[in-house]
Amino acid sequence: MLRFMLIRILQAIPVIFVVITATFFLVRSAPGGPFDQEKVVIPEVKKALEAQYKLDLPLHEQYFAYLGDLAQGDLGPSFKYPGRSVNEILFSGLPVTAELGFYALLIALCIGVTAGVFASLRPNTAQDYIPMSLAMIGICMPSFLLGPLLVLVFGIYLDWLPITGWGDIPGDKILPSITLGSAYAAYIARLSRAGMLEILSQDYIRTARAKGLPEWQVVTRHALRGGLIPVIAFLGPAFAGLLAGSFVVETIFQIPGLGRFYVQAAFNRDYTMILGTTVFLSTLIVFFNLVSDITAAWLNPRLRAQFKGGS
Amino acid sequence: MLNTFSKYRLPSLLLASIILLITACGRGESNVVQGNRDGVLHYGNGAEPQGLDPHVVTGVPENHIIRALFEGLAVKNPQTLEPEPGVAQRWEFSDGGRVITFFLNPDAKWSNGEQVTASDYVWSWNRALHPGTGNEYSYMLFPVVNAEAYLKGEITDFSEVGVKAIDDTTLEVTLNAPTPYFVQLMDHYSTFAVHPETLMQFGEMTDRYTPWTRVGNIVSNGAFTLTEWSLNRRIVVEKSEHYWDRDKVSLNSVIFYPTENVVSEERMFRVEQLHYTQVVPLDKIPAYRSMPDTPYVQAPYLGTYYYLINTKRPPVNDARVRKALSMAVDRETLVRTVLQETAVPAYSITPPDTLGYFPPKLFDYDPEQARKLLAEAGYPNGDGWPGLEILYNTQEAHRKIAVAIQQMWKKELNIDVTLSNQEWKVYLDSVTQIDFQIARRGWIGDYVDANNFLDLFITDGGNNNTYYSDPIYDDLILYRAPKAETREARYKLFAEAETRLMEEMPIIPIYTYTSKHLIHPSVEGLYSNLMDSLNLKYVQLVPGRQLPGSTQ
Repeated sequence: MLRFMLIRILQAIPVIFVVITATFFLVRSAPGGPFDQEKVVIPEVKKALEAQYKLDLPLHEQYFAYLGDLAQGDLGPSFKYPGRSVNEILFSGLPVTAELGFYALLIALCIGVTAGVFASLRPNTAQDYIPMSLAMIGICMPSFLLGPLLVLVFGIYLDWLPITGWGDIPGDKILPSITLGSAYAAYIARLSRAGMLEILSQDYIRTARAKGLPEWQVVTRHALRGGLIPVIAFLGPAFAGLLAGSFVVETIFQIPGLGRFYVQAAFNRDYTMILGTTVFLSTLIVFFNLVSDITAAWLNPRLRAQFKGGS
Repeated sequence: MLNTFSKYRLPSLLLASIILLITACGRGESNVVQGNRDGVLHYGNGAEPQGLDPHVVTGVPENHIIRALFEGLAVKNPQTLEPEPGVAQRWEFSDGGRVITFFLNPDAKWSNGEQVTASDYVWSWNRALHPGTGNEYSYMLFPVVNAEAYLKGEITDFSEVGVKAIDDTTLEVTLNAPTPYFVQLMDHYSTFAVHPETLMQFGEMTDRYTPWTRVGNIVSNGAFTLTEWSLNRRIVVEKSEHYWDRDKVSLNSVIFYPTENVVSEERMFRVEQLHYTQVVPLDKIPAYRSMPDTPYVQAPYLGTYYYLINTKRPPVNDARVRKALSMAVDRETLVRTVLQETAVPAYSITPPDTLGYFPPKLFDYDPEQARKLLAEAGYPNGDGWPGLEILYNTQEAHRKIAVAIQQMWKKELNIDVTLSNQEWKVYLDSVTQIDFQIARRGWIGDYVDANNFLDLFITDGGNNNTYYSDPIYDDLILYRAPKAETREARYKLFAEAETRLMEEMPIIPIYTYTSKHLIHPSVEGLYSNLMDSLNLKYVQLVPGRQLPGSTQ
C-alpha cells in the first residue's frame, strides 16, 4: 500500500510541473496585459509598472524566477490587488470555499445516496423512475438557475433565509450549500443506484437473503459497502471540482471565496494570480484523486488483496 | 470498526449536521432597520477595491472608499459640483490664474491627530508623479509646471516642479497655463495627500505593494477611518474623531459591500440588506419605475458611449461614409427600445450641460441625407459596398446595441455589416493598435470639463484611436481654449472644436450615460449629479421609513 501511494505521489510531480509550465506560457501568449486599461496608460508609467513587477525581464528569466519563488512557497504579488500577495488572497478565500464545498458535499451525499439506494431497491418501478428523473433534472439544472430560484422562493417570497453573505447572518450558509450540492447529489444518486444494482444481483446478497436476514439489513450491512464504491471514487474529484467550480455560487450569493478570484484573474490578466490558483487547484485535484483511489482500494477487498500480494 | 462507523454513525452524523444547519436559521432585523437606528449606511459598492492607496489604484469602487477615508484640498459640492473648501479653507489665483495659493485649514488633521501640512502635499505629489511609482492617474497633475517632465524622467529634481510649501498651511502651485478646472482636480484621489511617516514605515516612497493601507496601519485625513477590511466580504469605515468638520458628519459608520453581481445586489436591496445599490439590472427598471415613491433614481452621467472609426481603412476612410453611417442611426429609437430610456441620445462627444457647456447639435437622424452621402461616396443604395465590421468587447449590452445599429444600417442604407466580439483585454489591445474598422468605446469623464472629452482627439492622443488629426483642432484645444479670458469665450472655442470634429466624424456618438441607483427612502443627502459623486459627509439616515410595496 505504501509503495502504491509513493508511486502515485511521484507521478503527480511531473503532472503539476507540466501544468505550471503550460499555464505560464499560455497566459503570457494571450493578448493584452495586466496593465492595459480602457484609458490608455502613459508609456513611462507602464514601464515603471512593468519594472516593479519584473515584467521587463526576458520571459525565460521570469519563468525561472517564478519557479524559484514557487519552490519557496511564494506565489508572488497580485497584479490586480496591489498590496496583496497571491498567497494571502488564496488563504483568505480557501477556508470559505472549503467550508462551502464541505457542506455541499454533505448535502449531496445525504440526498444522493438515499435516493440512489431507494431507487435501486425496486428497479424500473415508480420508486426508481421518480428519484432518477429528479436526479436528471438536478444534473441538467445549472446552478445559475437553481440559485436564483431558491433565493426567490426561500429568500424573497417566504422570507425564511438570508440571500447573500457567508457567516454574517445566521442561516446564510444554507442556500448556497444546497445550490452547489444539488448537481452533485444528482450524480451521486445515479452512481449509487448503478453500484447498488450491480451488487444486489451478486451471489453473496442472495446468500444473505437466504439466511433470512431482513431486507434492510441486507441492504445496509452487505450491499451498501460494495455498492458505494463508485460514489467513493467520484468523491475525490468531486470535492476538487466543488472548490474550483464554486465560482457561480459564490457570485450569486456574494461569498468571499476562492472561485471569484480564480475566474476574475483570467479576465484581469493577473498573471501571478492565474498561476497561483491554477497550481493550487491542480495540486488539490491530484491530491483528492489520490485519496479517493486509496479509499476505493481500501473498501474493495479484491483490490486490497492485490496490494497485499504486490507488496 | 469500519462496519459500525460507516453503517450507522456516518449517516446519523450527516443528518444531525444538516438539521443543525437548517434550524440555525431565522430572520432577525434587517440591515436597513438596524442601520437606521445605529447610523450605519449599508452601501453596495459594485466590486472589491483593488486597494486603497490613492496613488496606486484606478476605478470607481476604489474612489468611493478612498473619498470617505481621505479628503482633498478642495471637494465638490454634491449638488452643483463646484469646488468648496476641503483641507484648504480658501485659495487665491494670481499671475493671471497661473499661480494658485491654497491656504490649508490648521484644524485639518490626520487620523492620528497630527496636522495636515503643506509639505505633506509636496511629498505626496512627488510620490504621485515619481517615475518609479507607476501612478496611472499621474496625468491629473500635468497642468503643474514641470510635472510631466518629472514623470517622464526629463528632470529628476522635484524642487523644479511647480509646487512649494511656503509654510505649514500655505501651498503654492504654479501651472503651465491658466487651467480653469485645476481646483476641481483637487478632489481626485490621485492628488490627495498621504501621511509620509506612515508610508515610510512600511517601505520606500514609490513602493506599490506595502501593507500601509491595512486596518491598523493606515493614517488618513477624511471624515471616516478604516476599521475593517475583509477581502471580498465587506469594508467598514467609522466616523473619524480628528476630522476638522466632524460636527457635520451624521453617519457613525459605512459598510461597503463588493456587490459584483448586479442581480444579487438588487435582491439584497429588496430584502433591506442594502440602503443603496451601485446599479440596477435593466430588466428590473420598468417595475421600479412604475412604483409610487420609487426608490429608483436615474440621472445623467458624465460619460459618452460611441463608436470609434478607423479613418484610414476603407470604406470608412471617406468622411461622407462616416457621416452617412452616423446619420442613419436612430438614437431615439435605440434609447427607447434597447436601452429602456436609461440613456440620452448623443450627437456630440461632450455630454450636454458639462458645467454649463452645451455642445452644438450638428446633425440629426436623417436617413434621406445619409443615403445621399453614401451615394456620393460611390455606394448608391449600398451597391458595391465592400462590407464593414463592428468590434465590441464581449458583453450582452454591447451586442444588443450593435445588432440594432446593424439593422438600422441595413434598413436605411442597404449595407451589410458584420459583428465581431472579443474578450476585454483582447479588445483593448485591438483598440490601442487601431486594428478595427469600427469599435465600440465608452469614455467616462475624470473631471467636469469639456476639455476632458475634447482632448481625446488631439493628434496622436493616447485615447484618440481613430487616426483623426487636425492641426486647427489641436490648436483650439491645446493653446487657444486654455488662454481664453472668460468661460463664455472658452466654451465658444470648444463648440468650434466640436464642430470640426463632427465635420470629419471620426467617431459616431451614440448615447450619454446615466447613473442608476436604488436608494432606500430612509437615506437623505445623497444627491444626484453628473459625476455620480457622493460625499458621505452629508448623508443622513432617517429611521422609520419603509420601502414602497414589493416589486414582484
